[in-house]
Amino acid sequence: MSGEALLEVENLRLDLIVGARRFPAVKDVSFTIGRGETLGLVGESGCGKSITALSLIGLLRHPLAIGGGTIRFKGREIQNLSAGEMRKLRGNAISMIFQEPMTALNPLSPVGRQIAEMFVLHKGATWHEAERKAVEALANVRVPAPDRRVKDFPHQLSGGMRQRVMIAIALACRPDLLLADEPTTALDVTVQAEILDLIRDLSAAQGTAVLMISHDLGLIANMCARVGVMYAGRLVEKRPAQEVFRTPSHPYTKGLVASLPLLGARARHGRHKLKEITGVVPAVTAFPDGCRFNPRCYARTEICVAQDPGETPLPHDGLVRCHHHE
Amino acid sequence: MSETGDNTILKVEDLEVKFNLGGGLFGGKRRTVHAVDGVDLVLRKGECLGLVGESGCGKSTLALSILGLQAPTRGRVILDGQDIAAPGVDRKARARIAQMVFQDPYSSLNPRQSVRRTLEAPLRMHGVTTKSEIDDRIAEIMRHVGLRMEQAERYPHEFSGGQRQRIGIARALILKPKIVVLDEPVSALDVSIRAQIINLLLELKDTLSLSYIMISHDLGVVEHMSDRVAVMYLGRIVETGDWHTIFTEPRHPYTRALIAAIPDPFNHGLAVKMSGEVPNPLEPPSGCRFHPRCPEMREGCRAQPTPPLAAVGQGHAIQHEVRCIRAAELV
Amino acid sequence: MKFRANLVMGGVLFAAVVVAGTFAPFLAHTDPVMDANLMNAEIPPGSEFWFGTDAQGRDIYSRVLHGARISLTVGIVSQLINTVIGVALGLSAGYWGGWWDDLVSGVTNMMLAIPSLIFALAIMAILTPGLTSLLIALGLTNWSYTCRLSRASTLSLKNQGYVQAAKVLGYSDIRIMVTQILPNILGPIIVIGTLGMGGAVLAEASLSFLGLGIRPPFPSWGSMLSDARDQITTAPWISVFPGLAIFVTVLGLNLLGDGLRDILDPQSRARRA
Repeated sequence: MSGEALLEVENLRLDLIVGARRFPAVKDVSFTIGRGETLGLVGESGCGKSITALSLIGLLRHPLAIGGGTIRFKGREIQNLSAGEMRKLRGNAISMIFQEPMTALNPLSPVGRQIAEMFVLHKGATWHEAERKAVEALANVRVPAPDRRVKDFPHQLSGGMRQRVMIAIALACRPDLLLADEPTTALDVTVQAEILDLIRDLSAAQGTAVLMISHDLGLIANMCARVGVMYAGRLVEKRPAQEVFRTPSHPYTKGLVASLPLLGARARHGRHKLKEITGVVPAVTAFPDGCRFNPRCYARTEICVAQDPGETPLPHDGLVRCHHHE
Repeated sequence: MSETGDNTILKVEDLEVKFNLGGGLFGGKRRTVHAVDGVDLVLRKGECLGLVGESGCGKSTLALSILGLQAPTRGRVILDGQDIAAPGVDRKARARIAQMVFQDPYSSLNPRQSVRRTLEAPLRMHGVTTKSEIDDRIAEIMRHVGLRMEQAERYPHEFSGGQRQRIGIARALILKPKIVVLDEPVSALDVSIRAQIINLLLELKDTLSLSYIMISHDLGVVEHMSDRVAVMYLGRIVETGDWHTIFTEPRHPYTRALIAAIPDPFNHGLAVKMSGEVPNPLEPPSGCRFHPRCPEMREGCRAQPTPPLAAVGQGHAIQHEVRCIRAAELV
Repeated sequence: MKFRANLVMGGVLFAAVVVAGTFAPFLAHTDPVMDANLMNAEIPPGSEFWFGTDAQGRDIYSRVLHGARISLTVGIVSQLINTVIGVALGLSAGYWGGWWDDLVSGVTNMMLAIPSLIFALAIMAILTPGLTSLLIALGLTNWSYTCRLSRASTLSLKNQGYVQAAKVLGYSDIRIMVTQILPNILGPIIVIGTLGMGGAVLAEASLSFLGLGIRPPFPSWGSMLSDARDQITTAPWISVFPGLAIFVTVLGLNLLGDGLRDILDPQSRARRA
């Protein structure tokens, strides 16, 4: 942990509202991010990682809503902020980048203007000044010939370039926290490597904390100091990145690590049959009782069905949520 | 390499697929994209060939040509001794040799057909018409892919992503093909489901003596499943060899950069070996097409013509070939 | 599932018209053509003649019932012809593309530029008036929307994995269109077809009103209205009841079409959610 806590999330609960019923899509999720720290959230589709990020900047929309818990940003509770107050925070102190930059950019406005807007909106700069800063911002995200690219429209840029523009917009006001939701999933691997490198360098240079969200455990372990593993709306394990792969504790994490064909594994150890996790990911409306992983778990006993496991602390500020953890 | 080795099941010779853009009724400059530009490939019985490369490298077009869905502008595709790219080859005859498993298990199944109907219609069309034989074939394939017989009456929306992919695999295997093209077979599935499908595909390859051509951008999956690997860049194969050689001693700077770009979970930071993005295929760079991004670029790399795919190294069962003039220096 | 007012209302109205048409011979009090009796001319609605009588003394109630047969026949048959033509052209144009697509799209755009009623008028002027001619005229002039819709839906489906898979399995193009694409685009086509049926009922009435459709003495609602022109102030019931019948039928079909759209078209469902 580096420095004081920037973001503290406590017992966050997010509800999916279907008619008169509320299903806990995310429940009892707690984590903190220190200043300049990188935390990764991994999990499969529907595990609640993306909506957790959206809830942090007040972007949850019906049928999802915050059902309980607190979100403290720089010591101030922000889960009940008005839309106007949240807007002041968003893009300024907390910003976000998404998987598909094309849908997040305005197709009818030159990218330079979209970056400049951030300076005008949050820093009170004049348009003239802001457009000069936009060129700098593009240069910062390593876009070649930035003075010409500012005039381009989003559709004239490649996917990688668009994501760079998104990052330029997100980091324009030097936010304290950057939320990155699958920022490279739509990109080729070599472009992904460059974008990840860029996020890492810029956040380190500006002291920006990063919450990175991905389904790719390898990527998260590479990018982040600490990793939270989510399953069916629960944070089931939280560990320093290296330990997640070396000594996973929760049966789900163990299963995931053993089921991945890691690059280099066959060359080193020969081809082994991959370990399979049986069953399927449950739907939000049909989360099982007790431990939510119990129907798929090899270590299941009676208590797993009867009782929801609490958090057990592990060394190095880690935790696991399992009755039978090691 | 033996020309007509009896265990060669697929041979692609000098395949070229060109697309014309522009031109037409309202003018505009007529331009040509070489999606696949002179590709030679060999697949042996029981092998899995991994086809890797970034978007726009031509791997999907190549796969479609092998299935006969994309007519080549030059070259031959010899499937099981028969040139299937020749005009006038019967779609049905081709269907009994080569089949395909699709990436997205949601859009690849007809929402209005039950599993039985999905499997029965192709059988009937290919001359299997007696009720008992159809039932036997469906039961057999359902067992092979790990589905229960009573699930045959259900419709796609009643299944999870992993089960749908099993249905897609059953459909590809129902005609008993010899070659199956796997187009990103696990990338659309939940991470915890992928191992089931990878294991199933490897198991079926052995029990049913299949040969695979697998397109994937996930190098971990490619390393795990492939016997032979071909790396493509802008319509051409830039390196090919057996999986071990490609993953442990890659020679082409592009292959090296691809492997280096995969995040290593045990180390922080990435060794970014190249910059920039794939150039516009309408205006491919002169000489070696990779030279604008290549960390090993020298003056000579720009010169025409493109370097040939040349053999390097000795003593490999599968020849290691690299398209780079500096291949000998880059050990 | 929530109560769908459109669907239920439309269904009830349309069903009523279908019942009236089907059982017209049993429900009618008199023969709609033969039982003219000038002694009974222009009697207002009452207990003997529920809807009154016309200038020739024929029972309007019986004529309206029999008129439903003609309207339904025209609506259903002409719309079936339109749908078959539209789907065949649109589906094949979308699937094959190329010069065939250019040709079909060109003709469709031309059809859309000509008011279909004027087009039908022209055809009727060439053919001899009568039911068959009417079916041909209305069946050939209203397929452009169905065609465009089928083409657009086909374009969005033809690159789906299951269509590709069918090709790989050796299906012929026609078989792919019929077994793989058609069942998946049928929903919106049924909706357009239902709405078009209402349009065809109106068109039949218009043509008959102009004397180019069903000729008197046969009881088409349009020709009944046409006959009643002179008495509209003195004996309004002669025009009110056939007009009401047209209104109920077209309203029923439109409500039914809207209701079906809500069920069959996922996009419209998503918009409302």
